[in-house]
Amino acid sequence: MSYEIVGITVLWLFLYGYLIVASIDFGAGFYAYFAKVSKQDHITNKLISRYLSPVWEVTNVFLVFFFVGIVGFFPSTAYYFGSALLVPASIAIVLLAIRGSFYAFENYGSKKSNTYMFLYGATGLLIPASLSVALILSEGGFITEEGGVVSLLYKTLFTSPLSWSIVVLAMVAVLYISASFLAYYASRANDQPALQLVRKWALFWSTPTIIMALTTMIALSQHNERHFENMLDLWWIFGLSVGSFLVAAGLLYMGRNYGTAFIAVMLQFFFAFFGYGMAQYPYLLYPYINIEDSVTNPSMAVALIVAFIGGLLLLVPSLILLMRLFLFDADYVKGKK
Amino acid sequence: MEFLDTVTLSRLITAMTLIFHIIFATLGVGVPLFISIAEFIGIKKKDKHYELLAKRWARGFVITVAIGVVTGTAIGLQLSLVWPNFMELAGNVIALPLFMEVFAFFFEAIFLGIYLYTWDRFKGKYTHWFLSIPVVIGAGMSAVFITTVNSFMNSPAGFTMVNGEFAAVNPLEAMFNPSSPTRILHVLGGSYVTVAAILATIAAIALLRKKGAAAYHKKALKMTVISIFVFSIFTAVAGDVSAKYLAKHQPEKLAAAEWHFETEENADLILFGWLNEENEPVGEIRLPGFLSFLAHGDFSSEVTGLNETPEDERPPLIIHYFFDLMVSIGLFLLGISFLYLVLSRFKRFNVHNRLMLWMLAASGPLAMLAVEFGWVFAELGRQPWILRGYMTVEEAATSSPYILHMFFLFLALYIVLGTLCVRTLRKLFKDNPVEVELEKHYPELSKGDESA
Repeated sequence: MSYEIVGITVLWLFLYGYLIVASIDFGAGFYAYFAKVSKQDHITNKLISRYLSPVWEVTNVFLVFFFVGIVGFFPSTAYYFGSALLVPASIAIVLLAIRGSFYAFENYGSKKSNTYMFLYGATGLLIPASLSVALILSEGGFITEEGGVVSLLYKTLFTSPLSWSIVVLAMVAVLYISASFLAYYASRANDQPALQLVRKWALFWSTPTIIMALTTMIALSQHNERHFENMLDLWWIFGLSVGSFLVAAGLLYMGRNYGTAFIAVMLQFFFAFFGYGMAQYPYLLYPYINIEDSVTNPSMAVALIVAFIGGLLLLVPSLILLMRLFLFDADYVKGKK
Repeated sequence: MEFLDTVTLSRLITAMTLIFHIIFATLGVGVPLFISIAEFIGIKKKDKHYELLAKRWARGFVITVAIGVVTGTAIGLQLSLVWPNFMELAGNVIALPLFMEVFAFFFEAIFLGIYLYTWDRFKGKYTHWFLSIPVVIGAGMSAVFITTVNSFMNSPAGFTMVNGEFAAVNPLEAMFNPSSPTRILHVLGGSYVTVAAILATIAAIALLRKKGAAAYHKKALKMTVISIFVFSIFTAVAGDVSAKYLAKHQPEKLAAAEWHFETEENADLILFGWLNEENEPVGEIRLPGFLSFLAHGDFSSEVTGLNETPEDERPPLIIHYFFDLMVSIGLFLLGISFLYLVLSRFKRFNVHNRLMLWMLAASGPLAMLAVEFGWVFAELGRQPWILRGYMTVEEAATSSPYILHMFFLFLALYIVLGTLCVRTLRKLFKDNPVEVELEKHYPELSKGDESA
């Protein structure tokens, strides 16, 4: 395999990792606020805060990892995406900052205030929306380059059905992934009232997720035919995604095997996300950045891959330790530790 | 409006983010070390006071770490957003340390989460203490890697330039460029001194207010002042080596810092003062020959003057003040900690007198100022370059017209974060003072505490 394929696969894996862990986190923020407003917070809050406390910082690192990695492997992404995304990415930074720091302030500082809960919930949905702008841009047609100045075409961006489909898809997917994880977590904790509530949420958000996925496909077929055609060629990957969706929804509906159901949800997004990425090949930003042309020099690529393997040898055991101590320690989940 | 061009604004936005981030980054590098030391002493000596110290420092640390993480994420993204042309070029050479910095950060984040949430989960006390080691290492390593990136910008190495593009890149050579070693030592040492000084400030203020739990605060003070002494010697040596490095490889920075215009032998060191209209220092303290000594370790050696550098490549002369202030504070910290340690040897002398406590109370804020001054000196001192000798900041900055809006967006963010951080920390410790916590968790200790 060539360096650029290894590079983009690794990065795509990390982006996928971020998608899952961040969705759980962002969705949980929204649900925490929703439960408070609908006076159900006594059922869910303990569950949500117990999961979130030890992992919020780790979630953030996945994102940093991705954007540092992509600039390293493909330096021209810094030029195009960096120039075009100044405003949306800065907004995302501010939202992430509000969320990350307020989390610590509130948890260790004072009592839960309504304003804070609202910000916490709202940022949970706005961050995915602002981050998905990067994904929208990569489809091409939203930026211009004139005389060495790259600018984002805001009007095209805000009036495009594709951008709205992707933004809404990002938001509903967050809620769906998060609810199905919380259902699994509640079943581990054997917390029946919370389980019934979050199971309802998961089932509720499964439908819009699949509808928005279809809408996005249609919008994409009109906006970037090349990408759409490639996706049709990879139909079997998307078939696996739909199959996983059916398994997950079925198990959630029957109310059993929540662990398997969550794995199915993860697979559903895994296939869809990889299919989407593979179909975009060889572009990172249509038509400006071609993967093969923009990859960094070979010595740096090798160094990055070596660093990556070394890093993983360090990270994977630590992550397993973290999960064993908090996610999969039955006593901790139940609140006994 | 000449002042508000995009380049100036790009510089301002980056300066603002970094000046804010450095406060929390410094704490992030240093605090884990002291938490770890305190917990270790606590276990070894079976002294609950140290255990409580570790716990309370860790509790406050969570708040500052949160801001460090989010502002660190901000600067990470801003590199590409505000300096897209720079990252496109330099990304080819410095991606490796940036990437490794994220790994170190990841490693630290995982173990910090585990450490904070497992205080009473393990049977053996050393098991929990052991978890602090990866946090200390992770924090130190991220400082090491990110410093190599900054060093690369000061002394680019590990490539050849062919038609405006980098060729024959050697990532390791770029990482361990000529200025890396001295800067890494200076940054690490400086962070540890600063955090020790800040923790000493907390203890000194508590003792000045005479609220009780004096034994607890005195132990904290002793431990942190010893650390100030050790690490400020270390930092001063690294600083001296850095000055010698500058004299050899980046003479225009040292010359601008010392207002040294003519190349001459036996050059004088100039302390403070100001420049008159002919750019001559006035009202300064002059130490004859000391600049030569600082630069080359020999009073009669020749020091390159600023006039040797083309006029449009000279750093601003204001960096003189930042350099002097940084060095003065460093010497103050060394002096005060030395004095405390000497005086505490004399049993009949009360080392915790008010003057001493006031000076120790001042040391934390001063040390943090020194960190800021040092960075401003280092960064302004390489103007007009972003990559010394290869790319100026003007070529590197974004051309987006929205940079002004973003400046105010981030300014607002930092004001909010800063205010909330101070308020939360105050509340956290005010609502749960040491005395109360000692009585609640360690009732056996609170008796007779005042006498100790």
